[in-house]
Amino acid sequence: MTTILKDNISENFLAALPSIKDDKALNLLKDQGLPSTKNEEYKYTAITKKIASDITDFHQASPALLSDQDISGAAIDGLEAYILVLNNGILDLKHSTLPVSGFAITEIADSTTAPFHTDDITNDSFMALNRLSYLKGISIHIPRNTVLDKPVMVLNFIQSTAGQIISPKIWIEGAENAEAIFLEKTISLDKNPYFLNGSIEVKVGSNSHLHYYRIQNQSKQAIEVNSFHADVSKDATFTSFVLSLQGNMIRNNVTLNLNGSGCVGNMYGLYILNGKTHVDNHTNVDHTQPHCDSNELYKGILGDSSRGVFNGKIFVRQDAQKTNAFQQNNNILLSEDATVNTKPQLEIWADDVKCSHGCTTGQLDEEAMFYLQARGIGKEQARALLLFAFAGDVIDHIKVDAFKDYCIDLIHETLGTNF
Amino acid sequence: MLSIKNLHASIEGSPILNGINLEIKAGEVHAIMGPNGSGKSTLASVLAGREEYEVTQGEVIFQGKDLLELSPEDRAREGVFLAFQYPVEIPGVSSTNFLRTAINQVRSYRGQDPLDAVKFLSLMKEKMKLVEIDQKLLSRSLNEGFSGGEKKRNEIFQMAMLEPTLSILDETDSGLDIDALRVVSNGVNHLKSKDNATIVVTHYQRLLDYIVPDYVHVLYKGRIVKSGTKDLALELEEKGYDWIKEEVDGTTV
Ligand SMILES: Nc1ncnc2c1ncn2[C@@H]1O[C@H](COP(=O)(O)OP(=O)(O)O)[C@@H](O)[C@H]1O
Ligand SMILES: [Mg+2]
Repeated sequence: MTTILKDNISENFLAALPSIKDDKALNLLKDQGLPSTKNEEYKYTAITKKIASDITDFHQASPALLSDQDISGAAIDGLEAYILVLNNGILDLKHSTLPVSGFAITEIADSTTAPFHTDDITNDSFMALNRLSYLKGISIHIPRNTVLDKPVMVLNFIQSTAGQIISPKIWIEGAENAEAIFLEKTISLDKNPYFLNGSIEVKVGSNSHLHYYRIQNQSKQAIEVNSFHADVSKDATFTSFVLSLQGNMIRNNVTLNLNGSGCVGNMYGLYILNGKTHVDNHTNVDHTQPHCDSNELYKGILGDSSRGVFNGKIFVRQDAQKTNAFQQNNNILLSEDATVNTKPQLEIWADDVKCSHGCTTGQLDEEAMFYLQARGIGKEQARALLLFAFAGDVIDHIKVDAFKDYCIDLIHETLGTNF
Repeated sequence: MLSIKNLHASIEGSPILNGINLEIKAGEVHAIMGPNGSGKSTLASVLAGREEYEVTQGEVIFQGKDLLELSPEDRAREGVFLAFQYPVEIPGVSSTNFLRTAINQVRSYRGQDPLDAVKFLSLMKEKMKLVEIDQKLLSRSLNEGFSGGEKKRNEIFQMAMLEPTLSILDETDSGLDIDALRVVSNGVNHLKSKDNATIVVTHYQRLLDYIVPDYVHVLYKGRIVKSGTKDLALELEEKGYDWIKEEVDGTTV
């Protein structure tokens, strides 16, 4: 049988796979190809083109040699956490320190043994590609009534000397009444270009509270697409937080399905960019049940010729009465060459709903700058005060103090300022 | 202390100040009055260093230094303080953090050690009493959601904290009720000494009952068209500005 692929990049990916382990994903990829900018969802983010120009070896990157120093070097000051090490997407148990009870972790070879599926892959060919490509997925289960005493820090080490594709795949399930916080940090071990195509699926059981915070501070050559899906059950809470600082081009797809009444879904993001870094956050929250809240706050500070994209979809289905949906995207452009494209997309079928949204893009407030300077505060410091004040209300949603302080330090570093 | 000579300034090419001359000595209070749009705030802004205004002619010497050469922050560090006509709201920046940063940057410019938290707080307490400002107000973001009067009071509080040599109060009295006016004036009078000077920009004679000026100047069309003592303010209160406008416009047309 011969099939025609829409683009030769998917062909390169498929040719480098050792075996085809998911026919549905294969057909989707063959049928749709990877998105070009003609695809409305990728209009401002030519990531397929970027992959085509920068990636030369489409094999999955083989595991790197990780030293103890690599692990300790990635530690965050003052953070008490379990450590889960991913080496090019594969679990490295030797370097990990995992909870001894209330936490089960297993490796998954292909989708036939997948613990669950949160979403249909048919609307996302990068997720389909991930499903075809991951070498060993990881499934984490937190049993009912378990509260993890410490957060789990996921250290995502990337080395792309042999093979430039990394496809981590993680499932997390918090059963009824479970509570856990995951922290993730991606570490580029060298400066080779790579394409990180990760997928995380989360199932938040009823009355469970799960939070997943991520830091994207990679090498300037990194290309990343991340598909993050969470199914949130009755009376549960889920929070996604993403801090994007460095990379070549990053696309985050976050989808929250609010499937049970009385649940809360939070999506927070901060992108502080310079150089030519391009970060695209596409978010999607789907209210299907009554009495649920969604809170979404994304903020960007963009310098040099960096680019930010924000798209926020909110669906409120007919049954989702008494929904509170809040969405806000604010951007500050520090340079004339920086750009932002922002777009809210709301579709509301229920009638008893509180929904608010807003997008702003502007420069640093000159009036405020002058006010601070007129009190003796130097220009650099004044700028830092204002930018930090701007970013502060996103950062304030981080519940782990040491991680929050670490994010603040990284932000200072990126902005080249001290607060 | 301050010597302004033939100062001309414009914004986006249109001239606003058209040759201001003013000499201020330590210990003096000068009131600047004048109809709306005459250039009072422009003068205050030019002295504080707002960049939108272009100085096209003239000079300003402050304590022997060329003020126009200095950045806004260095002017503040040298002792110039502008109480804004419209103080800016800055969400996310706490009043305390802001003031501490300001004071310590000013101190460092003057070669002084930074104030530690304890000393800073006791200074805050002392000055809060002076302007009768509520602690609760200062635990909020800078000026955010403050009423007009609270903003003005906060300006005087900042002035008290920074102890400037030259204070320029730009319509600090506008919008204040009589109680707030009394508090603000008491604060200003309390900070007055033989070593510092105050420029009071105002619309209303009322303020000058509380802060008694040594000189009163009338600004019109970007020039000081009349100067006198506090009696001039009373005359203006009684007769309005029309007679001055007529005098000026009559001779220039
Ligand atoms: N930022 C600005 N842009 C354009 N015109 C301005 C600006 N600021 C002041 N002006 C003009 O300059 C003149 C003087 O204004 P201002 O100094 O505020 O007067 P006053 O404080 O005496 O009421 C007015 O005609 C005003 O419209
Ligand atoms: Mg004015």
